[in-house]
Amino acid sequence: MSYSKPTRRGLLKTGAIAGAGLAMPTIFTASSAHAFTNEPTGGSVTLGFNVPQSGPYADEGADELRAYELAVEHLNGGGDGGMMPTFSSQVLDGTGILGKKVEYVTGDTQTKSDAARASARSMIEKDGAIMITGGSSSGVAIAVQGLCQEAGVIFMAGLTHSNDTTGKDKKANGFRHFFNGYMSGAALAPVLAARYGTDRTAYHLTADYTWGWTQEESIAAATEALGWSTVDKVRTPLAATDFSSYIAPVLNSGADVLVLNHYGGNMVNSLTNAVQFGLRDKQVNGKNFEIVVPLYSRLMARGAGENVKGILGSTNWHWSLQDEGSKAFVRSFGQKYGFPPSQAAHTVYCQTLLYADAVTRAGSFNPCAVGEALEGYEFDGLGNGPTLYRADDHQCFKDVLVVQGKENPENEFDLLEVVEVTPAAQVTYPADHPMFAGGNLGECNPGA
Amino acid sequence: MLGLENKDTKFLLVVVALTLCTPIILQPFPEGSSLAQFNAGYPDLMQRFAIFGIFAIGFNILFGLTGYLSFGHAAFLGVGSYSTVWMFKLLSYNVLPGLVLAVITSGIFALFIGYISLRRSGIYFSILTLAFAQMSFNLAYSVLTPITNGETGLQVYTDDPQYLMGEGALTTTHVFGLAMNKSLIVPIGGWEFNFNVGYYFCAIIAILAFYLSLRIFRSPFGLMLRAVKSNQQRMNYTGLNSRPYTLAAFVISGMYAGLAGGLLASMDPLAGAERMQWTASGEVVIMTILGGAGTLMGPVLGAGFIKYFENIFSKINDNVLHGWFSFLPDGIEDFFINIVNPFFGEGWHLTLGLLFMCVVIFLPGGLMEGGQRILNLLKRKSKDTADDDSAHHPKQSPHVAE
Repeated sequence: MSYSKPTRRGLLKTGAIAGAGLAMPTIFTASSAHAFTNEPTGGSVTLGFNVPQSGPYADEGADELRAYELAVEHLNGGGDGGMMPTFSSQVLDGTGILGKKVEYVTGDTQTKSDAARASARSMIEKDGAIMITGGSSSGVAIAVQGLCQEAGVIFMAGLTHSNDTTGKDKKANGFRHFFNGYMSGAALAPVLAARYGTDRTAYHLTADYTWGWTQEESIAAATEALGWSTVDKVRTPLAATDFSSYIAPVLNSGADVLVLNHYGGNMVNSLTNAVQFGLRDKQVNGKNFEIVVPLYSRLMARGAGENVKGILGSTNWHWSLQDEGSKAFVRSFGQKYGFPPSQAAHTVYCQTLLYADAVTRAGSFNPCAVGEALEGYEFDGLGNGPTLYRADDHQCFKDVLVVQGKENPENEFDLLEVVEVTPAAQVTYPADHPMFAGGNLGECNPGA
Repeated sequence: MLGLENKDTKFLLVVVALTLCTPIILQPFPEGSSLAQFNAGYPDLMQRFAIFGIFAIGFNILFGLTGYLSFGHAAFLGVGSYSTVWMFKLLSYNVLPGLVLAVITSGIFALFIGYISLRRSGIYFSILTLAFAQMSFNLAYSVLTPITNGETGLQVYTDDPQYLMGEGALTTTHVFGLAMNKSLIVPIGGWEFNFNVGYYFCAIIAILAFYLSLRIFRSPFGLMLRAVKSNQQRMNYTGLNSRPYTLAAFVISGMYAGLAGGLLASMDPLAGAERMQWTASGEVVIMTILGGAGTLMGPVLGAGFIKYFENIFSKINDNVLHGWFSFLPDGIEDFFINIVNPFFGEGWHLTLGLLFMCVVIFLPGGLMEGGQRILNLLKRKSKDTADDDSAHHPKQSPHVAE
């Protein structure tokens, strides 16, 4: 390079600038005055709703957002209060949280960990969100949970079904109301054995990411314990839309049950492909060929149409439940939007209420105080019967529904029927269960 | 000074001043005012400005100077991120070893991909790089899961070895004890300025990166690269082998991308595979073209522009729009909201796409050309450039300081 000969004056100038640059960061050593990250000081408190508004889980995200808006309305005293009157804890009085009006910001996770973290960070840093909630994919939920732990805010997980969320990736600042893969297996296996017998051969097609892996492991373990055998487990990319090439080998594998560890658009496509290949009309080993979808949702059932009839699966909650909490929630959601809520909407509504309740009981927004109020908390009246927020892993333990695609739906929402309500005791596992091993909650982090 | 001409020195000083004052410049509206949501002076976004600025500066060394359009630069970004997070997992949260490794691994990776891809030029080169990047993405997403943690993204766990981590060491990323997420918040009047350590760390590296690229642009090596762009064939006829030059440019720009990736991971210790997807590669191409390919400042501007849209525009939801138009009667309010709604919130891509089209059609030289035209108008020189048909003859690239 042609001008690089150093002169004395040049060197001095350079040195001065470099010195100023290096000295710059030292002015930041002053510590902040707040006791914890984003301590609300005015008359309002901001919650961050981080849901997929684009990508394969956008339908779920839209429904979650509706439920969040409803929950905020109820917390601020609007509407008919939804599940607030049926909730076993009666500290919420419709004046916001601790007298502060609830406001919210929304973000798009795009069903990508990177985008979700960026969106959550901007909510925390720019909008001053005190709590982040949402996520319609376990990968995203785990990524955002890690971020909230570092930033020192509470994360109330939305739709995330992987064992890892409260297993190997659990965090002190993260809480999950939704059930998980292990619970699906434990609830579903006895029903499968009763319906299809104990000498079945299963073939797994699995979405290739954390949720798929842990669900596949859970279902395989639960069914094998009842005498089934597993002939093969095939991983499919999350972005796949055509599953024909994965379905064809099933026909010659000798399997008589196909387990689809798929969710959202994946499940709609793979199930449709499987039915098109005539799997459901086949006889293998002298038995009817069966398809099982361990994690079901009404939105998926609608997408798959006729094909879901008679197919078994499990779900966290369904709008046709007849307890007071569910009825109240379906009524107020229906009045506002004109159709019943999905299980995703239900879980995020519960999470918002549970957070507000925990803050009120703790008397503080401090994440550590809130965490303490949630740990080991037993409640009822939110649609799932008596529920426990276990302190060891921040997982909720409640009844799990085994559902089946309805043969004769009466309307476009009436697609699933509840086959069995598996009691919480049957799906409870010890906190050090091998499928959940390897994680560490760590210390709660209030930030600042 | 610093081995630069006077004009360049002034230019560099302006860039330094702008970069250091970013937290103030990006916070033009007082807190609590209705325009406060257009403020961009919060750490995450400022860090992204600086980091993607580095990414675009590096890309510009390849694309702006040699004209080789790489469609796979995100692969180096991803490689850099993964290397850095692995250093966090193995050593400690100090970012320096991670950044060094990020630059080295991405350099080696770029050498490998460049060696193969540069056997072709033009569209074939673009497609080769695209193929390599897509391959890396798919590897990271599923096959290499033990190294990359697949779709969940690579994170640091409390039970990772972290051999250099002493007792009571920081558990967030830091440089020799100075935590990246530390901020000094200065309220002045209604304003609130956020001076963040992480941002200044990125900013200082960005300035160094900018200075290096300035030197490359002005060096004989840079001249050689420009020659490749204007007529590679003629160069070859004179007996010059241009491949070592292009390969060097490719590796340098790959290292820049790796550095940017490492910084991304340093600000937020997670590396996701989506970082390597072709959309991410396309983004840096758009940044460079939007800002002005071949100019020094353009790519940085383009990067800032796109990141601003992605983070600020995308957050304008229905509620905010209702707030804006609330002064109108109900029926008209809904009508207006229905019209503008597709362009805000999730629709920010649409707005950006329209702007990009306008820039490409009316300002082929990017935002830099726009700025220059405005300057010329002010100087009443508009007549000189009015019939400048830049699309049809090779244009003298504008001096960066203008």
